[in-house]
Amino acid sequence: MITALAPETLARWQFGVTTVYHFLFVPLTISLSSLVAGLETAWVRTGKEKYLRATKFWGKLFLINIAMGVVTGILQEFQFGMNWSDYSRFVGDVFGAPLAFEALIAFFFESTFIGLWIFGWDKLPKGIHAACMWVVAVGTVLSAFFILAANSWMQHPVGYRMNPENGRAELTDFMRVLTQNTALAQFAHTLTAAFLTGAAFMVGVAAYHLMRGRHVPVMRSSLRLGLITMVVAGMLTAVTGDRLGKIMYEQQPMKMAAAEALWETQAPAPFSLFAYGDVDEGHNKVAIEVPGLLSFLAHDNFSEAVPGINDTQKALREKYGDTLDIADYRPNIPVAYWSFRWMIGFGMSSLALGAAGLYLTRRRLWLSPRLRTGDDAVPRLALTRDRELGPALTGWYWRLALLTMAFPLIANSWGWIFTETGRQPWVVYGVLPTAAAVSPTVSQGEVLTSMLVFIALYAVLAVIEVKLLAKYIKAGPPELTESDLDPPTRIGGHDHDPDRPMAFSY
Amino acid sequence: MQLHDVWFAVIAVLWTGYFFLEGFDFGVGVLTRLLARDRGERRVLINTIGPVWDGNEVWLISAAGATFAAFPDWYATLFSGFYLPLLLILVCLIVRGVAFEYRAKRPETSWQNRWEAAVFVTSLLPAFLWGLVFANITWGVPIGSDKNYTGTLGDLLGPYALLGGLVTLVLFTFHGSVFTALKTTGDIRARARRLATLLGVASAVLTGLFLVLAQRHTGGTASLVTLVAALVALPVAVLANTAGREGWAFAFSGVTIAATVATLFLALFPDVMPSSLDPRWSLTAQDAASNPYTLRIMTWCAAFATPLVLLYQGWTYWVFRKRIGTQHIAGNH
Repeated sequence: MITALAPETLARWQFGVTTVYHFLFVPLTISLSSLVAGLETAWVRTGKEKYLRATKFWGKLFLINIAMGVVTGILQEFQFGMNWSDYSRFVGDVFGAPLAFEALIAFFFESTFIGLWIFGWDKLPKGIHAACMWVVAVGTVLSAFFILAANSWMQHPVGYRMNPENGRAELTDFMRVLTQNTALAQFAHTLTAAFLTGAAFMVGVAAYHLMRGRHVPVMRSSLRLGLITMVVAGMLTAVTGDRLGKIMYEQQPMKMAAAEALWETQAPAPFSLFAYGDVDEGHNKVAIEVPGLLSFLAHDNFSEAVPGINDTQKALREKYGDTLDIADYRPNIPVAYWSFRWMIGFGMSSLALGAAGLYLTRRRLWLSPRLRTGDDAVPRLALTRDRELGPALTGWYWRLALLTMAFPLIANSWGWIFTETGRQPWVVYGVLPTAAAVSPTVSQGEVLTSMLVFIALYAVLAVIEVKLLAKYIKAGPPELTESDLDPPTRIGGHDHDPDRPMAFSY
Repeated sequence: MQLHDVWFAVIAVLWTGYFFLEGFDFGVGVLTRLLARDRGERRVLINTIGPVWDGNEVWLISAAGATFAAFPDWYATLFSGFYLPLLLILVCLIVRGVAFEYRAKRPETSWQNRWEAAVFVTSLLPAFLWGLVFANITWGVPIGSDKNYTGTLGDLLGPYALLGGLVTLVLFTFHGSVFTALKTTGDIRARARRLATLLGVASAVLTGLFLVLAQRHTGGTASLVTLVAALVALPVAVLANTAGREGWAFAFSGVTIAATVATLFLALFPDVMPSSLDPRWSLTAQDAASNPYTLRIMTWCAAFATPLVLLYQGWTYWVFRKRIGTQHIAGNH
């Protein structure tokens, strides 16, 4: 059999493709649900129409996105059993529980209350309607927590014991699985990155309209909300990422060494900016480095030693050599090295652009009165107290902001590719090798079929989704109708006209 | 009664919830071709389930997730063994969800036609396939000594399995037409009622045959009771429907589905995946279960979450209790 088409390889590719695809929608869902709920709450509290129009506009984009997130999520749950049945047998006792919690607690919230929100405009008083979106938002966060706890257990298994009778892992301490430092750090990092993603999306779309001077009041408020969220979430993403890196260094030293292409143990260890090397020989041919920075990332000081790939390989061989038949404990080094850099690079560029935007569009601080603008005007980009950016540079800022929409999505994808491929050859670190996790009786033909079906289906859906998003982004916020301005005051809706069309219908 | 028995029952309850709820929304999907005469009526049908189909589908996610957690071996054998049918179900559920959300997002006729065709096909296929899957589970499939499925796709397409598929397809469509009669107004309501009678009679014949075979295969006293309950509830549903008591008709078509699922699970017990090769290789609830600690935690979760879910999902149905007709759909194009 050709190795490239071995069931294990195909199952891994399928998992990678479908999970990265799914995770394009997840962070937008997590963050936009809260942002939309916030905008709707602003409308409920102030009664300002621009907030209602913003709610409807972002809500529609949110719904186009969540539809894809929901349906691609079903596959994730089926996939473990279909392609990874030995994994499921081995860890179901531990890994299944957070998944079931996710379904019973989080998914029911999300799916039920999103239905109420979509169809509830003329059935629910506005406060309750806004509350429905808050429930959706809470559901998405809970969902993220449970699934990340499950993933963290694969990164760093705790709270379990091996049952010698049936040879499987069994749960002994569920609270530990939920609250171990890996889970908390991963949750914090993923959540803040999700808000960076949604905020960059908001800023990009707002920039698109402001550049053209359209829908100014709504887009101006959205821009501000987006920029503030972007800067706060971006900084927190960096802090939580640093925390997660230190945990990863302790728990999976090979991943950190691979991320840096650090072949030999060094003290102090440098952070590599660019490297090109020979994996078989185990060294770099070209390396540009910042001295001591890797020691800081791992230990919070600039001098301590960080073990290299070759030493870690030796240590792992000694540790597991008696029980397991794994020749190479190294993940794919170039993938680990570059994915780590793309993640940080794209994530931090979007933060930088957000920070620049927040500064340039500031409203009062260190700004001469003649550059200040009202709520109905496009903000002027002020470089210093008295000086505005030229028209060409202003145009470029808006265009760049539009482009930045994609940055966190790219960073998220590389982040997952890094953390999952960097754990190889393990599926559960130190416990279960990936090669021992696939379904033993599923044929090559079956995996190949499902792989091709999903790639084709996902490609078609991606085109449809992006076109639809573009259409509704370009259309801008909707004009408000009479029924929008006359929300029901009691549950179930008005009674005065039984034949009145529904406010929303499929 | 031990914890793994309790969890066998919980899994049965979750599947029952799924088939009761998504049963009628699959049925409504099928009716978009069978009952609706034009786009306006199709939209009425789709909108009767609009606010709730997504919440209904989570019962499936919960059933699968709970099986994973409570019976890892059951989950592993089932999902890897029934690979291609489940793949087809997955594709359908993915397209179906997108079809509901995106259909009205563009005005072009071709766009809407395509998504409406998708709603029909992706409701019909899973309605058939779930019956096929559960008929195979209860009847037994080739499972080897290593707990893995050893058969081929052909082994999943036996006569009993195909009958099972037909049963759920017709029964869900019946359930869906009763639901339509309950939730719509005007001409479509009257036609849904007439169609429901027809589908009810067909369901009675098919379901009767299907359950009696299951009973003779591995049934006991308990499954006999639920079998009788199913076969009594179904005619009552048909009669109530003919008499224009739509609420009662829906309640009893729901009881029929619940009793049918219960009969299958009771006939299955204490196995979860019987082997057709050698009874010693059958997966039992006891052997396939997680350890008691996991089951205890899961019990707390289910005991807390399920009533809450029923409460707020019930509330959703109450919020959207009004009947709808073509006049309620804005911009019917």
